[in-house]
Amino acid sequence: MGDGLYSRLAWLPHPPKDFVARCHAASRAGEEIGNQLRVLASCVLDQNQMVRLAKLQSDARAKGATLKPLVPFRLGILSNSTLDFIGTALVATALRYGIALEVVPGSYGQFYQDALTPHSPVNRAAPDAILLAIDHRGFPLQSSPGDLKATQSSVQSAVELLQSMRQAVKRNSKAVCILQTLAPPPETLFGSLDGILPGSFLQILNRINSGIAEAVFGTEDVVLDVAHLASTVGLANWHSPRDWNLGRFPFSDDILPLYADHVCRIIAALRGKSRRCLILDLDDTLWGGVIGDDGIEGIQIAQGDPTGEAFLAVQRLALDLRARGIVLAVCSKNEDANARLPFRSHPEMLLRESHIAIFQANWRDKPSNIKKIAGELSLGLESMVFLDDNPVERDAVRQALPEVAVPELPDDPSLYARTLSAAGYFESVVFSKEDIARADFYQDNARRVALQQESGDPESYLRSLDMQITFQSFDELGRARITQLINKSNQFNLTTRRYSESQIADIEHDPACFSRQIRLSDRFGDNGMISVVICREPSAGIWEIDTWLMSCRVLGRRVEDMVLRNLLEHARKRGIHTLRGIYIPTDRNSIVVNHYDRLGFTQPSQEEKQRRIYELDVASAAVPDAPMKMRCLCCESAPSQGFQMVVLTRQGSNL
Amino acid sequence: METNGTYPKLTEILRSVFDDDTLVASPTLAVKDVPNWDSLRTIRLVLTIEKTYGVRFSASEIVELHNVGDLARLIENKL
Repeated sequence: MGDGLYSRLAWLPHPPKDFVARCHAASRAGEEIGNQLRVLASCVLDQNQMVRLAKLQSDARAKGATLKPLVPFRLGILSNSTLDFIGTALVATALRYGIALEVVPGSYGQFYQDALTPHSPVNRAAPDAILLAIDHRGFPLQSSPGDLKATQSSVQSAVELLQSMRQAVKRNSKAVCILQTLAPPPETLFGSLDGILPGSFLQILNRINSGIAEAVFGTEDVVLDVAHLASTVGLANWHSPRDWNLGRFPFSDDILPLYADHVCRIIAALRGKSRRCLILDLDDTLWGGVIGDDGIEGIQIAQGDPTGEAFLAVQRLALDLRARGIVLAVCSKNEDANARLPFRSHPEMLLRESHIAIFQANWRDKPSNIKKIAGELSLGLESMVFLDDNPVERDAVRQALPEVAVPELPDDPSLYARTLSAAGYFESVVFSKEDIARADFYQDNARRVALQQESGDPESYLRSLDMQITFQSFDELGRARITQLINKSNQFNLTTRRYSESQIADIEHDPACFSRQIRLSDRFGDNGMISVVICREPSAGIWEIDTWLMSCRVLGRRVEDMVLRNLLEHARKRGIHTLRGIYIPTDRNSIVVNHYDRLGFTQPSQEEKQRRIYELDVASAAVPDAPMKMRCLCCESAPSQGFQMVVLTRQGSNL
Repeated sequence: METNGTYPKLTEILRSVFDDDTLVASPTLAVKDVPNWDSLRTIRLVLTIEKTYGVRFSASEIVELHNVGDLARLIENKL
């Protein structure tokens, strides 16, 4: 059951019959090449197809062609095995995730030296991340059955080796490290006893894996859980003695597409490209049968009934995803009242109306409804996953909205939940307090939109929200969320500069940087950290706004006015005479094209093509105001003199 | 023995692996005749053949391959 679901990436559609012709067409597509490569890569690919796509991308890059909207990412790989096939597979697979990947391989067999030498090619390339693709053969491990001491020292030396590589990488290139757990070979020495006997090879590997988990959790580095992936497909399928002997391939060739997909999920998650919303069809997707025909008693959704339980598993997965911050929406061809009936009155339903942020049940085409859902949630189509049992609907959505992920589903509903989970759309590298509350945020937002429509006048609407904005310098507590925002905000982002967590730590401690983490709460709830600003002082008296971004959840709330106000207050206190704003256009951030104009900045010099430079004279600038309470924690700890506009309130602290 | 059927299919596979539509499989076509045919390319070729034909080769069989004729014989012996 589920045979090959994982290794064959069964959630992806098959490549088009004219794949090669489409590749040729893509190479002549000019500015569209990025989009076309992404569509081609969104199919199940064999190795030759991956080679072809990777070559198309590197040819385009060599010609200096634009690969937009693909996002560049440079990955160093340090490994004890052959990287040739892996590198190609990663480049092709990354296209599926909207990433133009550049792979910088380390020298064969020299992973340790490459990490430790500051000028090794991998370190010199200043990669965004380094994959430590080291398997059990890369460590000097000796099985020592029954010898607890020897076990501990084996485990410790392996973990220390990895730790020293991580530290060296941080020193030499500041890249994020992606560590792999170790997949145990299927061969045992004693049999089941290996599982419990100290010093057995299996025990040693399991303990190293625990050591890796402990060392990495809570840091900016991440783990690719190869041990779990390998056991998912079967250790005997994973490990191929022939392929290792033949060319030092770390796992069976059949696994390569799956492995590459898992690496790229992590890269995409590091770039904030994980999907955020699950849109569900209803009939034969969330329950068995057709509510409009079968009625509330006729649909299958019950414990004790094998078909009903299959659909309950889909609902349970959706609920679990919601609990970790994935927004749920419904898109179904149905009468609205019929569609809502099971949510309201079927006793066995796990999903209720309150779990669904946007409910679109009507007879319009699904792509239009999905666009509407994305619009109402202020989420891009790239954030959407659409689950539907009907292949015609799936195809229609894929054709019209290639950015939306639409998994293929097997005939048997028992495998729907597993297929959705196997596709890894919601891969995440961190889990923060904000994530837990995210699904509620979006639902609160939908209610805010409703209130806005009632009150009509935007100013009185904003007043009715009872907002409180809180400013604070970067600190250790906020670091993970700051990094998350910096790496995933695309729309309200003036410069789209990405920083790793250790770079954020540097900014925190850099006296020439002025940083802001900004939180907003209102009467519907706490929005958490919603904006980040970094100013640098390139010459005395000038703050250059290196980064200014905001979550689109709070668009139209005049947060940016209050941010400028806070910047001006601090600028005046610190003798800064000029704020310099930079706008770097991308294909995602057009909503801030007039950001600095609106705030009263002027452009002192000619407009450049790649960026615009603005300036604001601090002394003469009008200090903006907006209907919200303001707290500045740095001013509270060191009470300010001479600037009386800081409104302090101790109520409703949201920290 | 169905040597006649094997070669057209091998031509197709060779073209896909080497991304070269001028290649034609013949018994004497050898590693040295094709640009970029290195040991990794041999492995990719063999892996593609394994998937296409549903056969499996041992490491020693792969190492012994010198030309397309060897390959065709190996495939035919497995079918």
